[in-house]
Amino acid sequence: MSARRGTTPSQTIGPFHRIMVPWEGAAELVAPGDPDAIRIEGRILDGAGQPVDDSVVEIWQANVHGRYAHVEDTREVPLVAGFDGFGRAITDGDGRFTIVTVKPGCVPGNGDTVQAPHMSLSVFARGLLKHLVTRIYFPDEAAANENDPVLLSIEDVGRRETLVAVRQEGEGTPPVYEFDIHLQGARETVFFDV
Amino acid sequence: MNHSIGYKREEPAEQPPYLHPEYRSTALRAPERPLVPLPHTLSEITGPVYGHEKVGPLDHDLTRQHDGEPLGERIIVFGRVMDTDGRPLPDALMEIWQANSAGRYRHEIDNHPAPLDPNFSGGGRCVTDAEGRYRFVSIKPAAYPWGNDANAWRPAHIHFSLFGAAFATRLITQMYFPGDPLLAVDPIFNSIPDAAARERLVCRLDLDHTEPEWALAYEFDIVLRGRNATPLEG
Ligand SMILES: [Fe+2]
Repeated sequence: MSARRGTTPSQTIGPFHRIMVPWEGAAELVAPGDPDAIRIEGRILDGAGQPVDDSVVEIWQANVHGRYAHVEDTREVPLVAGFDGFGRAITDGDGRFTIVTVKPGCVPGNGDTVQAPHMSLSVFARGLLKHLVTRIYFPDEAAANENDPVLLSIEDVGRRETLVAVRQEGEGTPPVYEFDIHLQGARETVFFDV
Repeated sequence: MNHSIGYKREEPAEQPPYLHPEYRSTALRAPERPLVPLPHTLSEITGPVYGHEKVGPLDHDLTRQHDGEPLGERIIVFGRVMDTDGRPLPDALMEIWQANSAGRYRHEIDNHPAPLDPNFSGGGRCVTDAEGRYRFVSIKPAAYPWGNDANAWRPAHIHFSLFGAAFATRLITQMYFPGDPLLAVDPIFNSIPDAAARERLVCRLDLDHTEPEWALAYEFDIVLRGRNATPLEG
């Protein structure tokens, strides 16, 4: 056994990433006209309720069938051509970000559990020495959410709803799910130690 | 059945805390409640995989993105990406970004009154090879003021963003240069509790990889978390 090497520490993304290394089209995992398209719209707010206008948000998710486009997902569940499951968006002056994607299917949890449809989300910003990790769940999956092992692991039951997006009413297509991220305060979003 | 063999957890002293009062922007952005431990499931051991299709042939060379050459001290930055067990990480997408040789970012919100360089944009990409090796060509960035207090200056640094093998190993960090006197007073660098871990962010001058009469070379290795040895570890 060779000795363990120490990991490279994290440092803040700072304010400048968004323009310095642009990634065209990264906020649209599918075309807005895709029949399965949904929009995730959210705001990021700091402890004073002020918009975090200089952050980068990344999502990672399974496809509509619940399959990850990754070598370690070896299940016989279909891949979807052109859908890689990664998205990146930046917040605007109101702290708002928008991602066009699809609602993922259920994926297995550890043991015999099943995880409700969810997206993994990372928040990078000036003032965050390490990125924050959270998850987006869906309000129209109440039964699956009630059995989701990760939601159930959050001991403060009242905080579980900070991870459930809010479906916006209206005729518009694609459907909009609102997911606000509160970095601090009474409505602080649940963040995970990964 | 157990679907996943997760990744080892970080050693707390090797990573910065969220709240570090000397870095003032953490005060309103650091979560106030403890993080919830997340077991590594299929969602965490998978992650975005990008290879060479995202990277153009000159994306690794920040000195050749314009008609003329940027001003400044030309440098080669190279190294290996590996895990804590020393296993190389091939085909990993890296992004870098930096200020120019006067300490100015090409970004509309950077109002530091130092000159822009029309021949330097400051962003680059590359992908690690089969042995986890990478190489960038750039110019040495300069220190710049950043408003943390009335006279705060960041040490010269290059920002690195790295997609590891999984969502759980995503890393954004900064590389610093050896002997920089500003390291001793930089709250971002000094937010990392463990001194040896801090030193891992300082690159090493490597005369063997320096190209004579052309560019100095600096080596910067990046270490990501390794896998758990057995699936029995929760
Ligand atoms: Fe910087």
